[in-house]
Amino acid sequence: MSIKTANQAALDRLVQAQPVLVDCLTAEQAMGFTGRTMLHAGPPLSWERACPTMQAALLCATRYEGWATDDTTALDLIRSGEVRLGTCHHLGAVGPMTGIITPSMPVFVVENRAAGNRAHVTINEGLGKVLRFGANDESVVERLRWLHREAGPVLGAAIRASGSIDLRVLMAQALRMGDEMHQRNVAASCLLARTLMVHLARLPADSQAVARVADFMAANDQFFLNIAMAAGKASTEPCVGIPDSTMVVTMARNGTDFGIRVAGLGDRWFTAPVEVPQGFYFPGFGPEDANPDIGDSAIVETMGLGGFAMAASPAVARFVGAGGMQEAIRATEEMAEICLGEHPHFRIPILDERGTPVGIDVRKVVETGITPLINTGIAGKKPGVGQIGGGVARAPIACFEQALEALAARRGPTHG
Amino acid sequence: MSGETIRTLVKKSAYQDSVVLLALARELRTGRGVLEAAALMGTPANKELLAQSGLLTREAETAGANDLAIVIRADSMAAAELAVSQAEAFFTSKQQRLCRAGHSLPRTLDGARRHFPGANLVVVSVPGPFAASEARKALSAGLHVMLFSDNVVVEDEVSLKRLATKRGLLLMGPDCGTAILNGVPLGFANAVPRGRVGLVAASGTGLQQVACLLAARGEGISQAIGVGARDMTEKVGGLMTLQALDALGADPATELIIVIGKPPSPSVRKQVQVRLRAISKPGVLALLGREVREEQEGELRTVATMEDAAEAALAALHGVPWAPRPFGAPREEIHRRVLAIQQTLAPQQRGVRGLYAGGTLAHEATLVLESLLGAVATNLIPGSTGHHRVLDLGADEFTVGRPHPMLDSTLRVEAIRLAAREPQVAVLLLDVVLGYGAAPDPAGDIAPALEAARADARAEGRDLAIVASVIGTPGDPQGIESQTARLEAAGAWLLPSNAQAVRAAACIAGGDPIMRLLFEPMEATER
Amino acid sequence: MMAGIAALFCQEIRVINLGLEVFAQELQRLGVPVIHVAWSPPAGGDPRKAALLAALADEEEE
Repeated sequence: MSIKTANQAALDRLVQAQPVLVDCLTAEQAMGFTGRTMLHAGPPLSWERACPTMQAALLCATRYEGWATDDTTALDLIRSGEVRLGTCHHLGAVGPMTGIITPSMPVFVVENRAAGNRAHVTINEGLGKVLRFGANDESVVERLRWLHREAGPVLGAAIRASGSIDLRVLMAQALRMGDEMHQRNVAASCLLARTLMVHLARLPADSQAVARVADFMAANDQFFLNIAMAAGKASTEPCVGIPDSTMVVTMARNGTDFGIRVAGLGDRWFTAPVEVPQGFYFPGFGPEDANPDIGDSAIVETMGLGGFAMAASPAVARFVGAGGMQEAIRATEEMAEICLGEHPHFRIPILDERGTPVGIDVRKVVETGITPLINTGIAGKKPGVGQIGGGVARAPIACFEQALEALAARRGPTHG
Repeated sequence: MSGETIRTLVKKSAYQDSVVLLALARELRTGRGVLEAAALMGTPANKELLAQSGLLTREAETAGANDLAIVIRADSMAAAELAVSQAEAFFTSKQQRLCRAGHSLPRTLDGARRHFPGANLVVVSVPGPFAASEARKALSAGLHVMLFSDNVVVEDEVSLKRLATKRGLLLMGPDCGTAILNGVPLGFANAVPRGRVGLVAASGTGLQQVACLLAARGEGISQAIGVGARDMTEKVGGLMTLQALDALGADPATELIIVIGKPPSPSVRKQVQVRLRAISKPGVLALLGREVREEQEGELRTVATMEDAAEAALAALHGVPWAPRPFGAPREEIHRRVLAIQQTLAPQQRGVRGLYAGGTLAHEATLVLESLLGAVATNLIPGSTGHHRVLDLGADEFTVGRPHPMLDSTLRVEAIRLAAREPQVAVLLLDVVLGYGAAPDPAGDIAPALEAARADARAEGRDLAIVASVIGTPGDPQGIESQTARLEAAGAWLLPSNAQAVRAAACIAGGDPIMRLLFEPMEATER
Repeated sequence: MMAGIAALFCQEIRVINLGLEVFAQELQRLGVPVIHVAWSPPAGGDPRKAALLAALADEEEE
């Protein structure tokens, strides 16, 4: 197949994906995921190479599952391999920041109606001392247990009662309301809450439980982030393995490595060291406190939102230090230089309804030197400190250069 | 305490085109206290240039091929700092001028097409090694191309022109600096009226000369298509020339076609002639070379100079007979002027020095001088020798690391100074090319040097004749009247065309025998 | 369908300028629609990567 045809097919498959929210179940139930395995965000990672924030989260999760009662035992289990580490992406899942998924954790289930595949993501824990920022104490474990015991089942029941929730339409709407679905999800979170509200209200479940879940959702502006990520995963996964396509289907970080995967190169990861995001810090924090770039949330950019839709989100433009509206427009135009096309469903009103740039082309990244721009929260590097700011990070060009070599090698030595 | 200071500014990943960088360097050098300034991309070759000027500082050494190194040597720290901030300001203001409000410039051809889906022509002037692939991208996208870049290998030229022919597109070039499409001047071109003459040119200044001469007589250009200097060679096979002829043949606005260049390969010549006959519009072939003789075959006229091409075209359009003439002015007038000049010269002054910005004009000068005065040494023909010399200052060997003489007169000024020092030189012969893209004041740039050259000669008991032609029109931005006035004030004898200027120079250097040679054939027919 | 060059003769000339800025500036001054591209060598001028890019370029449209 010609590269052009392959890329057209890959892009079509990506932008015509129809992600819908269908359920919330335990990871074990939804993903067929058993045994003593913990999934983490980003490309494959070993304990030794993991950053302190990631390690703290893994220890806490081990205790949450009850495989150990203290960190020393937890550490032994991980080091010995009795508790295995796995990659979210390999099991059809994504996770924000440390992105830990263990079998009993509840996960949202997003189905791509166009291709039939499913993607999974945990429920966003909220702000502050949470597992995704590497917090490791009883309050974290307690909350995780509540999510398993109460929030997961309630949300699952409400979602099932709704039939399904069209996420593409929801995100297109939120985009027009100033969200970009990475740093800013408040409109999307409200739209989701409104949709779920009618079903939550009618659940036969214990009204106190429902009230606690309602309070939990209402307190979290970023509630929708995880679901946006799963929508991204569900949309990109069918594009893996389109031969000859140079389109990027995955961008993910684990706090140590930044990894990409390319449609025409199947499951292979191309990695390089992550950078530290640049941006604004909350009072009392500075660049020296920042954790290296971490999380699967770059899947949002991979589907043409987040940093690629910055022109739709003036609030984020200022917050991430992008220098205002002009700069946000420029950033979006810069991303268009490295993309295969424009999204037919995600449109930016201020750019005369132009579709967001989507379908990152490895070749164009190497040709222009323009690397994908990711809007991201900045985590504290001390485990458990939480989010200390917001900014932008770039995907390292080395990932794309390696992928380019692999693509050329596949075409064979006779070409060029 | 002030003392000589060198300051370096390295801008990473900040590619800029060579003309911009030369302009920046020149601007920086005008700063008070600045002794030397350079602005170059950090390629090995450029670092060598910096080293030669003693400007390869340690910081400049760190610059990579995609980084910009600006090095300033000044007589004080303050002067150096000022120059550095000047350099920074240069980039901010430049960026703003070219941007549309609120948008950044696209970085690639694809990006540009997204911003500008209605574009139909891509002008490519990126460095040679990259030019072919950019041109190919443009053609593949269905866009016409003007390929200004040189250093494109002939294999790429052929493959590009085949693609262009297949897609029905123009590929004007490589090394094409001039075209006029739909009345729009592209590259180095003059303000000429729209009209009924179509030009197909393997030569930039040749196109300009013919178009300006036609304009002076009220005839306009329908389309002027550049085909690149190599198009009519055997290897390229006239691919673009034939495309252009077909297009002009089918163009209702074109009534006559002039083909301008050098003698084509025999097979290409045949194809061109066949094509022109099939088109059945009158045609003029101005393919200048040693063996070219003026002749008429049906509706196709062959001429030996570009002025003759314009004259023959005019005659054909008006349906009147035509024969070449050496000068526009009457013989007596020319003779008077030549004698007056010769009286100021010393007996040993017998040589002509042609210092040209236009390659085709230099070529034409060489041919005419050869036919009148004998052997001519020129950089256009390696190994050539002679008492007379014609320099094409726009040739590759002169334009490495410096702007083309159409843009910057530094090299020509130096050449004038050197030529004037030679006691046997009688006459300096020049072209002054106006128009879009050319320097804002070409006459003003060389006039002081011409005056100084004459003053130097007079100080040594001789004089120096200056003969030139101005290639331009009243609509050109430089102001043809003031350009003409400035040159005449500097003592130049201006002729209406390059061919006439060359003949005038030959008359001055060669004396009466040359005058007779030029006018006798005419007088013989008149008798 | 009109041949490409003949079609061009009937259209407004609208230019994409790749390379020397002076050409874009001149056209702008004349009021000719033109967009200048802030071009830089592909892959930062690295010849090996440029060769890979060339090997992976889209084939010509038929």
